[in-house]
Amino acid sequence: METHATQKVEEKLFQNRYRVDAGRPHIRIKDAELCTHQCSQKQCTVCCPAGCYTQEGNGKVVLITDGCMECGTCRIVCDEHRNLDWEWPRGGFGILFKFG
Amino acid sequence: MAEKFDVIVVGAGMAGNAAAYTCAKAGLSVLQLERGETPGSKNVQGAILYADAIEKIIPDFRDDAPLERHLIEQRVWILDDDSCVGSTYRSEEFNRRPYNRYTIIRAHFDQWFSKKVQHAGAMVICEATVEELLLDGKRVIGVRTDRKGGEIHADCVILADGANSVLARKAGFRPELDPKDMALAVKEIHFLPQETIESRFSIGEDEGVVIEMAGKVTAGMMGTAFLYTNKESITLGVGCMLSDFKRQTVTPYELLDRMKRHPAIAPLIEGSDMKEYAAHLIPEGGYDAVPQVYGDGWLIAGDAGQFVNGLHREGSNLAMTTGMLAAQTVIELKAAGKACTAPNLSAYKAKLDDSFVMKDLKKYRRAPAIFHKNPQFFTTYPELLSKAAQTLIRVDGVDKRTKERQIRQTFVARRSWWGLISDAFKFWRAVESK
Repeated sequence: METHATQKVEEKLFQNRYRVDAGRPHIRIKDAELCTHQCSQKQCTVCCPAGCYTQEGNGKVVLITDGCMECGTCRIVCDEHRNLDWEWPRGGFGILFKFG
Repeated sequence: MAEKFDVIVVGAGMAGNAAAYTCAKAGLSVLQLERGETPGSKNVQGAILYADAIEKIIPDFRDDAPLERHLIEQRVWILDDDSCVGSTYRSEEFNRRPYNRYTIIRAHFDQWFSKKVQHAGAMVICEATVEELLLDGKRVIGVRTDRKGGEIHADCVILADGANSVLARKAGFRPELDPKDMALAVKEIHFLPQETIESRFSIGEDEGVVIEMAGKVTAGMMGTAFLYTNKESITLGVGCMLSDFKRQTVTPYELLDRMKRHPAIAPLIEGSDMKEYAAHLIPEGGYDAVPQVYGDGWLIAGDAGQFVNGLHREGSNLAMTTGMLAAQTVIELKAAGKACTAPNLSAYKAKLDDSFVMKDLKKYRRAPAIFHKNPQFFTTYPELLSKAAQTLIRVDGVDKRTKERQIRQTFVARRSWWGLISDAFKFWRAVESK
């Protein structure tokens, strides 16, 4: 019955307008080892609505903030480890909603 | 920069604009700082505008505000995997001026609102992220932005910096947000020719329909979904509590795509052009999640103060009202020659308590906890309702008494008599006044 395949999140984000602050990500993982070894759930990889967090085969969590919609989900769901340095992008950078 | 203002407003959303406008209109010197390229470029909402709240701030807003459609019909749908049980309320009452509710597109509306703020005399600076509050002991004396010479002073800072409430958290005025108090909503905007929208929803020019949804569309999580008609587009989205998102494995975008594939929804957006995908947090913790909202030299308004009535899908009107009340508090202190100390600014809390904002939040104080503890309202009941409708409506030679017994048995089998009675009581407690 379901004929449409699920759209990749990249295809959705492609519709959005961004001004990326190259080389200055506004979110950073504080301690990558902690994600790899001490966080079993890695819920950032599920909950981030832009799919910014991906888990590699060796358990490492990779963060690429380019598609970030600045919602704050990742920071709040990381409540057991508080392993993110989370700031707003510099003024004028980041997502620029056309419609919102 | 040794500049000093009466008031600095952080953020140009509904709360910030309401606050800046009200202060500027009263003759205070106002600086409003917005991190987006333009006001609205960081803001996300469904979006429905409640006329009452904006009317109290800008009475003639209808003259030139960018409004999409006024709403004449409200549908409520309970969705199962491939069915939907629902109700529709449509009334010509809603087709008489002045209209009560409109759909809007925030990026457009916020730019309009900001022009009003600027005309009222406020200085609005965009592309300026406020990094932190300037403190003198416990007293807020200004803000530090990421611009050159970014320290600016004010007698009072109104924090309308949105759901994440970053500044109050950094200053230690409140703890980090709790996943159980925040919902993540994702939405898309789909463009269609105006005539197509009007024929699909049986509406005339400027008339609009809103559909609020619950049930399987949230995959067992506490949440709701929506679909709103704009002039030449449809926005639809789904939101669930972060504490529930955390516990499961469906991504927000997969949830949204499942919703779009639902047989009751797919035909409504068939052939449309998706032009934007957005995500935003909604503070849904209710009364008990509202933080300290005033202190020496500062006030919190809008989403930053958790002012959202989740059950009634109201937020922007609470944002505008709290922004306005925050502004009025400062205006009154200024007029009386009083300083913006915590005891003096506590008048803001009294105004909030006296308004529909805190009265409504208090009325539904128990709702978040009850719904958190009883996921059956989002899973079992939608399924049971759908099966009951299916059994009753299908004509298959089975007599009606037997059908009724079958329905009763299905309900009891899933929830037990005691469970049904206790669920009814819990639901009543969640929505009934204290």
